Amino acid sequence: MLPTPDTSHVAFERVYEPAEDSYLLLDTLSSESETAFLRSRFGGNSADATTAPTSAGTIPAPFVVEIGPGSGVVIGFVNAHAPHIFGTPSVLTAAIDVNRYACAATRETVRKAAADVAASSTSSATPSVSKSGTFLDAMQGDLTAPLRDGSVDVLIFNPPYVPTEELPRQPTATDMVTSEAAPTFQDDSYLLSLSYAGGVDGMEITDLLIGRLGEVLAPRRGCAYVLLCAQNKPEAVKQRVRGFGPEWRAETVGSSGKQAGWEKLQIVRIWREEEQESS
Amino acid sequence: MKVLSLNFLTCAVKACKSTTGAYPLHPKDAELVEDDLEINSDLLLNIMPRIDWPALSTTATELGFPSLPAQPPTKEELEADEKMLRDLHHLLMETQMMEGKLVCGNCGHEYAVREGIANFLLPAHLV
Repeated sequence: MLPTPDTSHVAFERVYEPAEDSYLLLDTLSSESETAFLRSRFGGNSADATTAPTSAGTIPAPFVVEIGPGSGVVIGFVNAHAPHIFGTPSVLTAAIDVNRYACAATRETVRKAAADVAASSTSSATPSVSKSGTFLDAMQGDLTAPLRDGSVDVLIFNPPYVPTEELPRQPTATDMVTSEAAPTFQDDSYLLSLSYAGGVDGMEITDLLIGRLGEVLAPRRGCAYVLLCAQNKPEAVKQRVRGFGPEWRAETVGSSGKQAGWEKLQIVRIWREEEQESS
Repeated sequence: MKVLSLNFLTCAVKACKSTTGAYPLHPKDAELVEDDLEINSDLLLNIMPRIDWPALSTTATELGFPSLPAQPPTKEELEADEKMLRDLHHLLMETQMMEGKLVCGNCGHEYAVREGIANFLLPAHLV
């Protein structure tokens, strides 16, 4: 098993603490089926990709973005273990969160996780070869708003999925502009509510994100991993995506244990097939 | 915030996105720091096909770097030109904008960058 990034530096009173949903994303993204999918899509097919030369210099490095990283445990994991997941260390990663504290926490989690990988491989014969992906930045923003259309190859989203009577007020430019002012208990509660409260069916934020996938994902190789809970009506979500067009796919590729016959949590992979199937 | 990041970002205002002025964002009052990172040639070669070269040229010039060549170097050219590899590594990977603003060329909105974190949340009247 690949090590889980250390998040002991994160202030969990105002940043979402890694939980079952986070770990399901780690397990799914590093599973055999998903690494096979990602490797076939983004280049490194070699099983021993950590040492294989990137002779495939013509395969553009994928740009992997997590929306709402919280502590950064997921993007930290994906970045640190890029050679295992993508078959190549030539992977660019980034994250966008509304919560400025989450951005700072993510930056640190990613740095630590990559440093841990580097430290554990000092005995390697090729110490100068990068063992992790390259993290660009954690930025404050509303979902994919600042991303250029067609730029994202892999989007990862662990949404605020808990059904709530209403959505918390969404933050604006003047909220939490610096991390210097000490947040009050109310501020902290508000920040945490943004990480879990999903409004009607727990889907108000996820619906917005799914509506933007067609624009933000790279036209040919773009794909997304979205976590859903049973109350989010995952089958309806998948049907909506398939309705975008004949090339769109949406399948459950990871799930937690069943509860009363329902998958409690699941990961849906969303992607487009280049060639339309003719039946 | 890394210079390479700017190659993937536009103005966050929906009405701006499709306009040519919204990309790339223009750095203003930028305070830069330089990290010292080991050069990774494989990564640079794999990044090249992803880069919007005219946008990168604009960003580099606006940040006070020497002009980039008009055309992006080919893989073969880069492999044979260690100085160009180093220059690109320095610009894309080692240069960080810690403080300053990013300005949209279409609507003029300024996004603050503080402690290396850019804030793309919009004021209420632009949401």
